[in-house]
Amino acid sequence: MSGLMEKLALLALTPPGWGGVLLEGALATLAISAGAYAAGFGIGLAGALGKLSGQRPLVAALDVYTTAVRAIPELILIVGLYYAGTDSLNRLLAMFGLEPVEVNGFLAAVLVLGIVQGAYMTEVLRGAILAIPVGQIEAAKAMGMPPLLRLRRVVFPALMPNALPGLANLWLNVTKDSALIAVVGYQELALATRIAAGNTKQYFLFFLAASFIYLAITLMSNQVFRLMDRRYRRGLPQSA
Amino acid sequence: MNFGWIVTYADLLLWGAGQTLLLLVISVGLGFPLAIGIALLRLGQNRVLARLADGYCTFLRGTPLLVQLWLLYYGVGSLLPMVPGLRGSILWPLLSQGFFFAALSFTLNYAAYEAEVIRGALRSVPRGEIEAARAFGMPPGMVTRRIWLPRALRTALPVIAGGVVLQLKATPLAFSVTVMDLYAVAYKVRQDTLLVYEPLLVVSLFFVVVAILINRIFRRIEAQVPIRR
Repeated sequence: MSGLMEKLALLALTPPGWGGVLLEGALATLAISAGAYAAGFGIGLAGALGKLSGQRPLVAALDVYTTAVRAIPELILIVGLYYAGTDSLNRLLAMFGLEPVEVNGFLAAVLVLGIVQGAYMTEVLRGAILAIPVGQIEAAKAMGMPPLLRLRRVVFPALMPNALPGLANLWLNVTKDSALIAVVGYQELALATRIAAGNTKQYFLFFLAASFIYLAITLMSNQVFRLMDRRYRRGLPQSA
Repeated sequence: MNFGWIVTYADLLLWGAGQTLLLLVISVGLGFPLAIGIALLRLGQNRVLARLADGYCTFLRGTPLLVQLWLLYYGVGSLLPMVPGLRGSILWPLLSQGFFFAALSFTLNYAAYEAEVIRGALRSVPRGEIEAARAFGMPPGMVTRRIWLPRALRTALPVIAGGVVLQLKATPLAFSVTVMDLYAVAYKVRQDTLLVYEPLLVVSLFFVVVAILINRIFRRIEAQVPIRR
C-alpha cells in the first residue's frame, strides 16, 4: 500500500506535492468564471433590453449575435475571439504608433467567456422579462418612475425568480467552459492539472483529483442557488 | 480574406468533416440507448442501481467534458499498457488512438445529459396511460416498451434535438487528443498558411449548417407524430 501513499503525497499542498498548484488553478477557474459571469450578466441585461426595445436595426444585430454564439462551438469561439481580440488591440495600438502588448491572459479569458455567456444570458433575461405581468411595469411608469429606478425596483426583482433556473445553469456552464481556456494557454485548473500530471506522470491521479474539484464547485454552487431561489421566491405563491 | 487554401486542403477538410460527423453519430447512436437504460435505472425499484445511476449523471454533468476526455486519454490511457496481454491483442491498435477515447468520452458524457432529459420526460407521462396499459394486462416490460418510453420520447423530442446540437458543438475538443477532426484541420491550416480567421470561419459555417440540418430532421420527426401537448 506504500505505492498509494506515495501517490497521495503528490497531492500535498506544498512542493514536492502538486496540491497547491491545483488549488491555485481552481481559484483561477473560479475567478475567470466569476468575471465572465458578471460580464455576461451585464451584456445579457443590455442585450435583453435592446431586444425588447423594438428598434429594428438593434434587434437584428442582437439576433445575429445570439444566434451565431449559440450555433458555433465554444472552443472555436474562444480561440477565434482570443486571436481577434488581441490582434485588433495591437493593430489599434500600432495605429497610434504604440508598441504591441502581450495581452493579459486573465482579462482576455474573462472577456472571451463573457461574450459567450452574454449571448445565452440575453435569451434567459429576455424570457424572464417577458414573463413579468405588463401591468406591474405600467404601474411603475404611471407612478412616474424613471427608467433606471424602474429597472432596479420593479423589473429586476420581478424577473429574478423567473430567470434564476436559467442563470444557475449558465453559471455551471461557465465553470465548465472555463476549462477550454486551457487550450489558449492560460493556467486555470485544467491546464494546471495537465502540467502537474505531465511532470509526475501520474495522469490518472491528477485528472481524477481535478474532476473532484470541479464536482465540488458544481455541488456547492447548487446549494448557493437553492438558497438564492428561496430568497427571491419569498412572498410568491408556491409552484411546482 | 483569402480562401485559396480551400482547394489545397480540400481532401483534408473532407476527412476532418467526416471525423467530426463520425464522432457525432457514434456518441449519439451509442449514447442514446445508454441514456434510456440509465434513466430507467434511476426511476427503477433497485435502490443501489438507482443510486449508482444518479452518481454517474452527477459526476459526468458536474465536470468539464475536456477534463473527462483527458482523464480517459491520458489517465486511463497511461494505465492500459499495464494490463497484461492487452498490448499484443487485436484491440490494441484501436485502444492506442485518440479517436477511441474521444468517441468513448463523448458517448458517456452525452448519455449522462440525455439520461437527465429522458428521466424528466418519463416522469411527466400521465399516470392514467400507464395504468390503462396495465389494465390491459401488459407485463411491466411491455408497458415500458410500448407505452411509457415512446410517450416520453415524443414529448422530449425538442429537447433531444437541442442535445444533439450541443453534442455537435462539443466534438472539436477531440483535436486536443490528436484526432484530425475538422477543427484540427483548421488548426493545421493556420500553422501552414498563417491565416487565422478564414479557416475558423469556414469551420464555423460547417457547424452552423449541420446544426440547422439537425433541427430540420428533428422537426420532420416531430411532425410525424400527431400529439397533443
